[in-house]
Amino acid sequence: MIGEVDPTIINLTVFVLAIFVGYHVVWNVTPALHTPLMSVTNAISGIILVGAMLAAGPAESDWGVWLGAVAVTLASINVFGGFLVTQRMLEMFRKKDKKGSA
Amino acid sequence: MSANSVALAYLIASVFFILALKGLSSPLTSRRGNLFGMVGMTIAVITTLTVTKNWALILGCIAVGGAIGAVVARRVEMTAMPELVAFMHSLVGLAAVFIAIAAVNNPVSFGLPAVLPMGSKLELFLGTFIGAMTWSGSVIAFLKLSGRMSGAPITFGGQHMVNLVLAIVMLGFGLWFFFSETTNWTAFAGMAAIAFVLGFLIIIPIGGADMPVVISMLNSYSGWAAAGIGFSLGNPMLIIAGSLVGSSGAILSYIMCKAMNRPFLSVILGGFGSEGGTAAVSDGTQKTYRSGSADDAAFLLGNADSVIIVPGYGLAVARAQHSVKELAEKLHAKGVNVRFAIHPVAGRMPGHMNVLLAEAEIPYEQVLEMDEINSDFSNTDVVLVLGANDVVNPAANVPGSPIYGMPILDAYKARTVMVVKRSMAAGYAGLDNDLFYMDKTMMVFGDAKKVVEGMVKAL
Repeated sequence: MIGEVDPTIINLTVFVLAIFVGYHVVWNVTPALHTPLMSVTNAISGIILVGAMLAAGPAESDWGVWLGAVAVTLASINVFGGFLVTQRMLEMFRKKDKKGSA
Repeated sequence: MSANSVALAYLIASVFFILALKGLSSPLTSRRGNLFGMVGMTIAVITTLTVTKNWALILGCIAVGGAIGAVVARRVEMTAMPELVAFMHSLVGLAAVFIAIAAVNNPVSFGLPAVLPMGSKLELFLGTFIGAMTWSGSVIAFLKLSGRMSGAPITFGGQHMVNLVLAIVMLGFGLWFFFSETTNWTAFAGMAAIAFVLGFLIIIPIGGADMPVVISMLNSYSGWAAAGIGFSLGNPMLIIAGSLVGSSGAILSYIMCKAMNRPFLSVILGGFGSEGGTAAVSDGTQKTYRSGSADDAAFLLGNADSVIIVPGYGLAVARAQHSVKELAEKLHAKGVNVRFAIHPVAGRMPGHMNVLLAEAEIPYEQVLEMDEINSDFSNTDVVLVLGANDVVNPAANVPGSPIYGMPILDAYKARTVMVVKRSMAAGYAGLDNDLFYMDKTMMVFGDAKKVVEGMVKAL
């Protein structure tokens, strides 16, 4: 019976459940880390890189490949920039931690 | 890899993304969380490589984009974080649009039927228009935040009507796109073009200090754009990651609106702070205030037992965070209990002040949120307000005031209040601040950084 279900419905199921997970996880984030939260979610939304790679590397190439290539570049800026700047910020929070406990 | 293995690997990556956000619940686990995020992304990329061709092109583009991202991440000033975040939102939006165009052009390469079914068309429509709006909206937000464009709201008559008409026309193009039997590029392009314009029009009427809401909202959009592309490609990992980001941004928008006591809709409709600005100041009576020098302020601070510092956007503009740290250390050395009170909307994005203080190596145990510290103001000797205004305005407790009901830091309850400000000009809400005219308040005029440096010298 489940095999007859439209894939869109299954995607919708995943979507709704993921929103619930997101809701509960994000409310637990400490307000002091809201800026790093934004930069890390920025990096995570760079997951669109996966879609961009599919566009850039199809079995049969045409002009769409070039759009894909640009999208891969843009999304990579997000992924690398987002994770690295988050790391940089979180390191700042650590320095204090060491000092505070020492 | 087989389709099943790919799907399983994507599931693992999705779990890592959830763990990444979970890690941020405390500064102690946050770095591990970020690492989880990187692991998830690496799994996702490597898995995807096994099903794509043109490796050289893809890896080359990742290298170029990655290098740009790494350089930007290393060089950006912490005061400029809001701009950087807005800039990165715009990239996600633009990438989403490009992917959607590529998918409409060549559906087979994404595992879609050669003739797109209605469902896929609807999903591509959603992905494209959210992506396009994210892009143009974020570009405007970036220009406003970086000062390349005035932060003042831009409004014109019939603005909301224009937006509504454009939205309807966009839907019309969308329907035309759905019901065309072949790929209807005209309809698709028309729809995307209007979405770009709409993103632009929706952000221009929103004023500078509402930026924390705008940037959170665009954060949310960028997530929904990724989720939209996930639906188009039938990829649950994109849907999960996109929804996490989307709900995160939505929650942050909610927190920001609540901290300003303004309905989300009124922020989005914009124009706030443009008309009220002059009316409030002109209530006729000339009120008197006391002003003093940095030396006077330093004297008072040095003799206090407890000090609470309230930093605001003015501190970020003046880049005074390092001087403030010196001030706090000097006072500490004198045995003064120094703490920092952060209002949720202080700065230009959620948590901005915390990052600036962390950059200056101020221990985070000394930095407290509004709810944690508000009850302590009444037994504090000196409150030092640095470049903040509306968030300490007691008018918020007066029924009928435009900011009535907004949660504020109760600085007015302290024994002595010192306010460092450039002038007596009204804050963003266009309201006069009674705190400045209280008998126990001393105004210190000047650039936050110079004043604080003066205090450090005098101590």
